[in-house]
Amino acid sequence: MLRYVLGRLLGAIPTIFLIVTISFFLIRIAPGGPFDLERPLEAKVMENLNKIYHLNEPLWNQYLLYLKSVAQLDFGPSFYFRDFTINELFAQSLPISIQLGLSALCLALVAGGTMGVFAALRQNQSADYAVMAAATLGVTVPNFVVAPILTLILGVWLGWLPVGGWNGGKFVNVILPVVTLALPQIAVVARLTRGSMIEALRSNHVRTARAYGLTSFMVVVVHALRGAILPVVSYLGPAAAALLTGSVVIETIFGIPGIGRYFVQGALNRDYTLVMGTVVVVACFVILFNLIVDLLYALLDPRVRYD
Amino acid sequence: MSKSMRITALAAVLMAATTLTAAAEVVYHRGNTADPETLDQHKTSTVYESHILRDLYEGLVAYSAAGKIIPGVASDWSVSDDGKVYTFTLRDDAKWSNGDPVVAGDFVYSLHRIMNPETGAKYANVLYPILNAEAVNKGDMKPEDLGVKALDDHTLEITLASPTPYFIDLLGHQTGLPVHPASVEKFGSDFVKAENIVTNGPFTLAEFVPNAHVKAVKNPHFHDADKVTIDTIYFHPTEDRGAALRRFQAGELHTNNDAPTEQVAFMRENLGEQFRVAPYLGTYYYALNHEDEALSNPDVRQALSMSIDREFLADEIWGSTMVAGYSFVPPGIGNYGDPAFADYKDMSQIDREEKALELLENAGYGPDNPFQLTINYNTSENHKNTAVAVADMWKPLGVDVSLVNTDTKTHYAMLRDRQDFDVARAGWIGDYSDPQNFLFMVESDNDGFNYARYNNPEYDALMDEAAVTVDLEKRAEVLKKAEEIFMRDLPFIPMMYYGSMNLVSDKVAGFEDNLLNIHPSRWMTISE
Repeated sequence: MLRYVLGRLLGAIPTIFLIVTISFFLIRIAPGGPFDLERPLEAKVMENLNKIYHLNEPLWNQYLLYLKSVAQLDFGPSFYFRDFTINELFAQSLPISIQLGLSALCLALVAGGTMGVFAALRQNQSADYAVMAAATLGVTVPNFVVAPILTLILGVWLGWLPVGGWNGGKFVNVILPVVTLALPQIAVVARLTRGSMIEALRSNHVRTARAYGLTSFMVVVVHALRGAILPVVSYLGPAAAALLTGSVVIETIFGIPGIGRYFVQGALNRDYTLVMGTVVVVACFVILFNLIVDLLYALLDPRVRYD
Repeated sequence: MSKSMRITALAAVLMAATTLTAAAEVVYHRGNTADPETLDQHKTSTVYESHILRDLYEGLVAYSAAGKIIPGVASDWSVSDDGKVYTFTLRDDAKWSNGDPVVAGDFVYSLHRIMNPETGAKYANVLYPILNAEAVNKGDMKPEDLGVKALDDHTLEITLASPTPYFIDLLGHQTGLPVHPASVEKFGSDFVKAENIVTNGPFTLAEFVPNAHVKAVKNPHFHDADKVTIDTIYFHPTEDRGAALRRFQAGELHTNNDAPTEQVAFMRENLGEQFRVAPYLGTYYYALNHEDEALSNPDVRQALSMSIDREFLADEIWGSTMVAGYSFVPPGIGNYGDPAFADYKDMSQIDREEKALELLENAGYGPDNPFQLTINYNTSENHKNTAVAVADMWKPLGVDVSLVNTDTKTHYAMLRDRQDFDVARAGWIGDYSDPQNFLFMVESDNDGFNYARYNNPEYDALMDEAAVTVDLEKRAEVLKKAEEIFMRDLPFIPMMYYGSMNLVSDKVAGFEDNLLNIHPSRWMTISE
């Protein structure tokens, strides 16, 4: 098992190297540079700025310099947030995104799972249709529509919850962003759970369990759900990576200082180091969560073994 | 409890409550476009950074609530007869937030620093009127050669290359704010970090969390601290204007310096006086490429300009947050008087279209002989709507318009690199209230801004003449002649004057609308 994990982690290094390389050269293709403004700079000033950030050196050289610093886990200075290094920006924003994403993930799993099981047990009854209709709505209505509507009703009109701001992660400030972020995930989890649960409920081992006279709670939760949750787990891997590395829409609408906005800000401002830094972080999360999913498979499904 | 005891108790409670209120912290939540790129005044370039920096620092001059220049660290100044030497007397009680006195040497150090090419100051050219500034900034001279001298701790002398009547206005720009020399020497570029920073303004930095807020607290050492009623300011980056409006409605923001244009009607109806629109020192224009075959003909340019229904654009597309513009220099600017308006300003739209068709016919174009143009604009719903409307207005003239939309960086890189374009959207917000700050854009040697590649020696000569004219009235006449030529030749088609939009809560007093849209927090009070 340990060997398997180590092997996977070592295998990730060439992947990340490839991702760094591609993103390094891709962002340079975009027209305009980090110091281009509506007001053009004096040639000498531009020259000096480029020198400070090594942008005057041949691209190949810049690439090697960057690789070297990334290998030392130093993502360099931000070109846009000139008072900060990328590491400082991430140190401050990543925990917030993780907290937000993890809360949304838990909510999605619990609420979506419960709804899915509930619907599966009442297949083709009105309760089932209601849950599935709600789930379809959750998937189809984008969060940039849901967020303003929720803030308008709960924040502006009723005044129950703050409309924006993180406020150090205070509970009231977290509710709306977490719910908005979780809604589409709840919908997906509900649909996946329902589908696989219906299948599991018809399987032989569940029938056997029933024949043994186990309570229906035990049958559903212990025997059916364990198998039914597998597709949800494989979906949650990439979904968790995406949730934990922030959402630009949610962060912008609620004014949350997470890492998601840095993607867009980095790209629009041609903040090369910021873009590459976020790409690397997301890549690491995706690799890590895929690994976790595979390990969970082994734990949940007795047929899967990594030794 | 007896009655008298009850009264005593009540009085005690009331007194306690009053003391509590008196001691309660006054917090100002200020919505401010976006996060600062940096809090290093010498490296900044944007308007939203200036709002923060002017609260943290005080320059030789400062701004009143009405956006007028007032004495800052300099209590007084005099100008030599030739208009080139400015002598500033610094106030005795100006202090840094660590208690150090603010001395003339601090300004000398600061001006040297911004001109030093190693600083990488983006906006150093604002201060180029100072003697040798340009040469120092280009690395041809040493910072010590700059025309700035401390005669003693309280007297500063600045020598200019040529008389510049708007020099005092230039000093009001954020680039003119001083740095604390000892901190810069000690911490280098980290002097801006909250734990290191030393400022001399009404407030000082407590915290900067990107994408969350910049927190500033009152500076007890500020010379006018007694009159500053706000204890803490949170500058919130409000890139999402719709979200900012909701936060404002919910009372989470006291002010916001922008508003969603698509909700103007809603705001007018529901926010009343809290939604403020005021004239702003800026012009929205289309640059025309004079190297394009059709556009090289002045009649074609005039016809295009004439046929644009500016009132429609300003009122319908921009919800009256812009004003129809018939000159490049916006009205109300300092040192000028009325700008040189286009002669068709008062003609009806139908007459203008007729005249435009006539002009095009003379030039060999028209509905029977159509030609093609592209309009480039940077991503924004309203820029797109404007371009679509203009394309529609040009259609009857036989102009076949296609639209090209790119992100802001790509758009301006395209203009800067002089890639091929026909018509390109741009806008200019004045850095200081003087017509020169608009008209200099199309001087033939202005590589950066002369997107039109306009080259008219007559225009350049007038601009040169204005630069050495000390008498303000004469100078205004010369500049007006230049603008008349501008309106005749149309390197750019001015379309609208910008309006500033602010959301200002009823609880805020001391927020005065003004042309520069400058609102120092020190003049504001907040009631609960």
